[in-house]
Amino acid sequence: MNSLDFSVVLQAWPYLWSGLLFSLALTAVAFVVGLVLGTCLALVQHFEVPVLGRFVRGYVALMRSIPLILVLFWFFFLVPIVLGHLGGNGRPVPIGATWTAFITFGLFEAAYYSEIIRVGLRAVNRGQFEACQALALSTFDTYRSVILPQVLRVASPIILSQTIILFQDTSLVYVLSLTDLLGAASKLAQLNGRLVEMYLVIAVVYLAISSAASQCVASLRKRYAIAGARR
Amino acid sequence: MFAVLLEQTADGQRYIDWLLSGLGWTLALAFFGWWIAFAVGVVVGIGRTVQNRAVAAVARLYVEIFRNIPVLVQMFLWYFVLPEILPASLGNAIKQIPPPWGSFFPALVCLGLYTAARIAEQVRAGIEALPKGQVEAASALGLGGYLTYRYVIVPQALRLIIPSLTSEVMGIYKNTSVALTIGLMELTAQARQISEATFQTFTAFGAATLVYLALALIAYQGMALIDRAVRIPGTGRADDAVKPAAPRAAEQIDALPDAMEVVK
Repeated sequence: MNSLDFSVVLQAWPYLWSGLLFSLALTAVAFVVGLVLGTCLALVQHFEVPVLGRFVRGYVALMRSIPLILVLFWFFFLVPIVLGHLGGNGRPVPIGATWTAFITFGLFEAAYYSEIIRVGLRAVNRGQFEACQALALSTFDTYRSVILPQVLRVASPIILSQTIILFQDTSLVYVLSLTDLLGAASKLAQLNGRLVEMYLVIAVVYLAISSAASQCVASLRKRYAIAGARR
Repeated sequence: MFAVLLEQTADGQRYIDWLLSGLGWTLALAFFGWWIAFAVGVVVGIGRTVQNRAVAAVARLYVEIFRNIPVLVQMFLWYFVLPEILPASLGNAIKQIPPPWGSFFPALVCLGLYTAARIAEQVRAGIEALPKGQVEAASALGLGGYLTYRYVIVPQALRLIIPSLTSEVMGIYKNTSVALTIGLMELTAQARQISEATFQTFTAFGAATLVYLALALIAYQGMALIDRAVRIPGTGRADDAVKPAAPRAAEQIDALPDAMEVVK
């Protein structure tokens, strides 16, 4: 057993920090894109839009059934082809691994968020809809001002837990050789041979961020429960 | 479209044989990993609910650590780091394990212990969801702590969480793909290899996707079957959880937080 030398980690810290920033940026973009798109997907299913509803259901089931790594490979291969066709000349447009990661995580997470919101929509008390009708609210206003705010509030602990899982899953961009926190550590470890220190330190960083975030979610769950809602 | 899978590879096999061998590794990893995860998960989950503070703290620490480190990082810790921090003789012995077993065992341990932490949380939720009267009735009958758990609490809690365990089963077979990062040629790795050898990317990934879809369907149906098979006659709950057909208004909200904890 070689003696551990964590000073190499200190030297490497700027590089690891830029990797961590990439992981966080990917998480943030995937969260926003995923939540907006996921809400749309959930509403399409909720309203049982003909044809499109079935298509969306199939998309969500597919995304939930295959591993994220395979999805990354698929998008790395497919997105350039699709863009080429959209561009008109049919030639694949290479977009690079970074764009692949952002697009994949946004679309992939949308499937997971949509499932959470879809279940949340079904959980809304029927009386809420009837009250909206009694107030003569349009369908749009009903959902925008009454139903969706409640759904998001009730589902927010699960949405946030899902986001913590998303943050951990961003480490999988390693398979596209990107420099996220794990990617940075593994590239440095190959250079300086200190892989034990590198991997141990980033494990602690992931652990600290994720468990701090879970604690926050737990306390939010207590504080922001809708008063009087049946639990 | 899939005709290319029947062509000869450079090593005299057919591409479909590569795919099947990948499927074999994926299934082996998921199956044996599941039993490790289930055994450890039930023990840790029970540990979180017992009176003894030290045991509860250790169980909680286990869950926190294994749930909050990405599975890929854990994979690297088992594969790269563990042999280095063990005593040299043992570490070298581990490094000598011939491939593919040298990647299979770290992946197995990693997936088993990672999934165990998730199962432990489900088990804990199941135990806490039981009415308090069950424990009181058990002690009124003179059952001690062990017998109460063995005959009253655990059998009921496990039945209760079967629907949410379905997502853990699906999680473990999907997470087997992470093992490709430490060189195990499981299904996704084989699909990539076929795509690189034939340039038929669509076919290669398409075949793998179909196989994963079939596995998801089998896992889902299998768990629904188990749920029906072990249900205690006269309890309606299990049926509702598998097929949440009609929205039952506010009641569904209760089912939401834990049942909806999704895994990839």
